[in-house]
Amino acid sequence: MVEKGTYKLKKGLAEMLKGGVIMDVVSAEQAKIAEEAGAVAVMALERVPADIRAAGGVARMADPKIIKEIMNMVTIPVMAKARIGHFVEAQVLEALGVDYIDESEVLTPADENYHIDKNNFKVPFVCGARNLGEALRRIGEGAAMIRTKGEPGTGNIVEAVRHMRQVMGEIRILKNLPQEELMTKAKELGAPFELLQEVAQKGKLPVVNFAAGGIATPADAALMMQLGADGIFVGSGIFKSSDPKRTAKAIVEATTNYDNPEIIARVSEGLGEAMKGIEISQIAAAERMQDRGW
Amino acid sequence: MKVGVLSLQGAVEEHLDMIRRCGFEAIKVKTIEDLEKVEKLIIPGGESTTIGKLARIYNLDEVIIKKGREGMPIYGTCAGMILLAKEIQDSRQIGFNLIDIVVERNAFGRQVDSFEVDLKIEGFAGEPFRAVFIRAPYIKKIGKEVKVLAKFNGKIIMAQQKNILVSSFHPELTDDLRVHQYFLDKNL
Repeated sequence: MVEKGTYKLKKGLAEMLKGGVIMDVVSAEQAKIAEEAGAVAVMALERVPADIRAAGGVARMADPKIIKEIMNMVTIPVMAKARIGHFVEAQVLEALGVDYIDESEVLTPADENYHIDKNNFKVPFVCGARNLGEALRRIGEGAAMIRTKGEPGTGNIVEAVRHMRQVMGEIRILKNLPQEELMTKAKELGAPFELLQEVAQKGKLPVVNFAAGGIATPADAALMMQLGADGIFVGSGIFKSSDPKRTAKAIVEATTNYDNPEIIARVSEGLGEAMKGIEISQIAAAERMQDRGW
Repeated sequence: MKVGVLSLQGAVEEHLDMIRRCGFEAIKVKTIEDLEKVEKLIIPGGESTTIGKLARIYNLDEVIIKKGREGMPIYGTCAGMILLAKEIQDSRQIGFNLIDIVVERNAFGRQVDSFEVDLKIEGFAGEPFRAVFIRAPYIKKIGKEVKVLAKFNGKIIMAQQKNILVSSFHPELTDDLRVHQYFLDKNL
């Protein structure tokens, strides 16, 4: 019997993306540049996070026309973002046939209490997380891939590092806990017990975990890989740099060769200016995207 | 025996794990020097465009082609199958031309069309094989040296030409070791 939309297939696509770079694009033309630079997938958006931040107002799912144009332009997987809790945007994206949905804090949340029931969909979901509890809650709802939230659109890696260290550190602690302490830990983290138990046994998340939110240079990408990321999302970092084509290629090479400083040095040379970036303390608390979702 | 998994991008760990479970030493292959250390090579699933570009940058493609022609057993899953092919339909991408097949990328459709199914594989005794197809390619045409090992709905999805083995699906995402055993135990 042929089965579609199984959790194995959802997780499986994320596994195929490992060691790769997923790039934010706002047009078919940018998607082509990303594909030619070696991106493993593109994220179709109406604006990159830095522009969403600058524009203010409500950020929503991209126009289906843009998403379709991008899907027609490239052969690599196309992802698109839906607002947190906006299951109709997700239904629309599924109908369009996108390969992955990002239920994303980069867009303005549609629901402040509940995320989308992702098990209800055939198309897989990726969700952001700042810590292990949040990651496991999203997986519990059906997410087949996790990424750090970082602080999108800042070109500042500090929050992505914080979130990756937090998740990896919590997993390391969990591995050493005796069985009788796991339930209390699940209560503390607000994490589903069965998933927490699985992480304690295997010593890793049950799904692929990428880094996102603030990656702007090849060295940023390699840093996240060395901290344990399975791959990289670059949002504003590519098309807000002075030379997007070269920056994109350089980040792809640095992600593959994250443990080879000579190659990272070579690809970083003369790249021109990276995106300008924002100091996190300059962002008003209400404008911090990472605090969206629970 | 030391077996390598091409580790430029993709589902590398899963293949390393399968090789170890079959009782062999497994190493990641990222450089030409790594490639010199192994007797057999697996090219994993991932994005064939990405893996192909990276292999070109580090000249790994040339060495893989040379070793494949000299008889090194190479197994390609999904993206790996695309890279090993003679021709990639409707694409400017260039295959390694180690197996006389024409492949079509994403031939079963997008992710929502990805599927699992029980397969009968030529020469495999016992239970059918649970095959996982993710945005999978299939083989449109084969040369006369190529042996078909499995089909689904009339499409060729597993084949072999002497030392080169290819499958559209991902045995590394299951617990069934049989495809890996076939590749590792036999003298291809």
